[in-house]
Amino acid sequence: MFLRKIAAATVFAGLMGSASFAADCGPEGQSIRILASDFPAIHAVAGAAEANCGGAAAEFSTNHTTEARQIMNAALTPNPSEYTSVILANATLTQLMNDGLVRPLNDLVEKYKDNIPPNLLITIDGNVMAVAFMANSQHLFSRTDILEQAGVDGIPSSYEEVIEAAEKIRAAGIMEHPLVMNLQTGWNVGEVFNMIYLGHGGEFFTPGSAEPSINNEKGLAALETMKALVEYAHPDHLTHASNETQGLWESGQAALGIMWGSRGAAMLDDEGSSDEVTSNTVLSAAPTVGGGSTPAATLWWDGIAIAANVSDEEAEATFAALVSGLTPDMVAANNDDAVWLLDGFTPGPAAAGVAATAQGGAKPYPMIPQMGLLHAALGSELTDFLKGDESAEQALADVESAYRTSAKEAGFLQ
Amino acid sequence: MKHRTFFWFILPTLSAMVLFIALPIVSVFVQSLFVEHEQVLVVSESCGPFGCSPTTTVDTEATAKLREEQPLGRFNGLGTYINRSHLAFAEIGEAWANSDSLGDFWSQVYNLPFYSALTFTLAYTFIVTPLVLALGLAIAVGVNNLPRALKGLAIFISLLPFLVTPLVGSLILFWMVDGDGVIGATIQRIFNDPSLSLKASTALTWTMLMVYGVWHTLPFSFITFYAGLQTVPDDTMEAAQIDGATKWQRLIHVIVPHLMPLVSFVTLMLIMDNFRVFEPIVSFKAEAHAQSLSWIIYNDLRESGNPLYASAGATSLITIILAVILMSPVLVRTWRDFTRKSH
Repeated sequence: MFLRKIAAATVFAGLMGSASFAADCGPEGQSIRILASDFPAIHAVAGAAEANCGGAAAEFSTNHTTEARQIMNAALTPNPSEYTSVILANATLTQLMNDGLVRPLNDLVEKYKDNIPPNLLITIDGNVMAVAFMANSQHLFSRTDILEQAGVDGIPSSYEEVIEAAEKIRAAGIMEHPLVMNLQTGWNVGEVFNMIYLGHGGEFFTPGSAEPSINNEKGLAALETMKALVEYAHPDHLTHASNETQGLWESGQAALGIMWGSRGAAMLDDEGSSDEVTSNTVLSAAPTVGGGSTPAATLWWDGIAIAANVSDEEAEATFAALVSGLTPDMVAANNDDAVWLLDGFTPGPAAAGVAATAQGGAKPYPMIPQMGLLHAALGSELTDFLKGDESAEQALADVESAYRTSAKEAGFLQ
Repeated sequence: MKHRTFFWFILPTLSAMVLFIALPIVSVFVQSLFVEHEQVLVVSESCGPFGCSPTTTVDTEATAKLREEQPLGRFNGLGTYINRSHLAFAEIGEAWANSDSLGDFWSQVYNLPFYSALTFTLAYTFIVTPLVLALGLAIAVGVNNLPRALKGLAIFISLLPFLVTPLVGSLILFWMVDGDGVIGATIQRIFNDPSLSLKASTALTWTMLMVYGVWHTLPFSFITFYAGLQTVPDDTMEAAQIDGATKWQRLIHVIVPHLMPLVSFVTLMLIMDNFRVFEPIVSFKAEAHAQSLSWIIYNDLRESGNPLYASAGATSLITIILAVILMSPVLVRTWRDFTRKSH
């Protein structure tokens, strides 16, 4: 009996050992070269792909870099391109599609559909351009112990309640600046405007054209909300991005935060913080604003796209390898590294915020070709208003003229 | 030296300069005259894990065709140079017409990105350069008068700021002035204001950047002047001493005139260096309060994910022209000295 068990276990181990045999890796002997951002969830996907199909490929290399966004267009332009795949997000897919550097994946999806739930396909006009595997968003982080101490009932669900709670915490003398937000001049402050503007129901462009449409009532309302928030934010807020806000939170210097869900796991773990902070930190949906019903946030996905300027065989081998990694086993092994959109994900406390934000119907970050230019204009022109140097009307007018100038240069406006 | 011999001597340097300096500048200038082709937009629908929404996409085939016909893009002449992101002639004209006071006019001009960056860049150059010249000379004279045994150590310590990479040096200072850092917390205690922040005030951010600039470039002027001090002739100094000149008079009337060619050289280098101030702005995350011309170029190439080459090229050329204008008084002076000596 015992021997039979051993024998069975050996056979099973043997099968496990040849798992790469089980994964369908497409054409053999190809070169697979992946460009990706540098965070644990992406390492998990690329690592699983290499474990499954690295053996069948002639070359398997992954470049994990925080500068991926800056180099991807240049790296994919030559033929053959430097990488066969880029692991990207909403905004970066648009950036590559603007130059026609990624290929439609319809045939490949049809062939390797076993691991791909249909709702994860990013389709544009019927063409599958990417396959998403994880979600991210900024949302509310609360310290329940401090809220309770200040006499706030429950967790704030709107920005108005966030401001009210912040005022109570200040009035109770617990913290002078209880709020942390990613408001660094540039991309971060632009993104906060995007979230709150969408929460107010705003549209960035006149539909179907590249004409900006943010200088309106909703834009003004969004700026007023931001102004009310920074009143309670750390004085250095214009220099704060994720690393700084996470540090302030972990050191117990904040009670309310609007931060990225992808930071949740690192903030809830037992490293870099005290038990008092981690055990009382609750992640919840992004607040609504101005009486709206959907969370004021932009939803992000991360996914796989395949380069246009590579051979069909390389494209297929790369796609097959990456898709082979999107299994429940991979998800189970890296459950807390991301809010996975894949089978086998057990949402923990770190995923609660993103999940609630998505369920609340928050809008995805707009995949519009000229969005990057508007985002950059917002990032550089809004700080004068937040510093109190100019009016909201002037700030929005400045954003529109800065955008118009760069959009003309980029060919989006005439 | 015969002209012929001189030509062969200078040829390697000259060709390297043409290849690596002149040609790139010409190329940047040509690129700055063109803007991208019209992007052919098509309305479409995008779907993903969070539902479907109407969107637009670029018709890459149509755009590629346009690009093939005119690889450089659409000719725009000097249009990029005078648009809102640069010299902004139209906006300045409007501000002049619409403002009722000079202060109002200036605040409208300062609201334009190029002019606000130019203001900081000029302020930085004109404050840091003289400070570094004067302090560098003072430290050099001080070290030169130290006893022999202490000189080596003093020179080493004075050179330290120069050994630190600008990016790292400014990051260290950035952490020190943080509310939780040594300097930041001390200042908060002195003024008894726990929310006082060096990073939140424009005036304090400018001061911080300039203090950093002085700290970082001081060793350069110090070591150059120190080397110059070793060449001051003893005879002249003794003669001045016998004539009854005090230490101060000897410094002003003997040493400084002797070092004048070096002063011109250091001034030139400092103006060039300070006019392209960039790293501390990024390290100090000071973009909200201070932007420089170099920072604008960096931002144009990086921020939108769609590099604005024409914009960056135009700012680069304007920067070069302004740097030449700033340096011209010193250059003219050096040229006069040179021609006077050669006759």
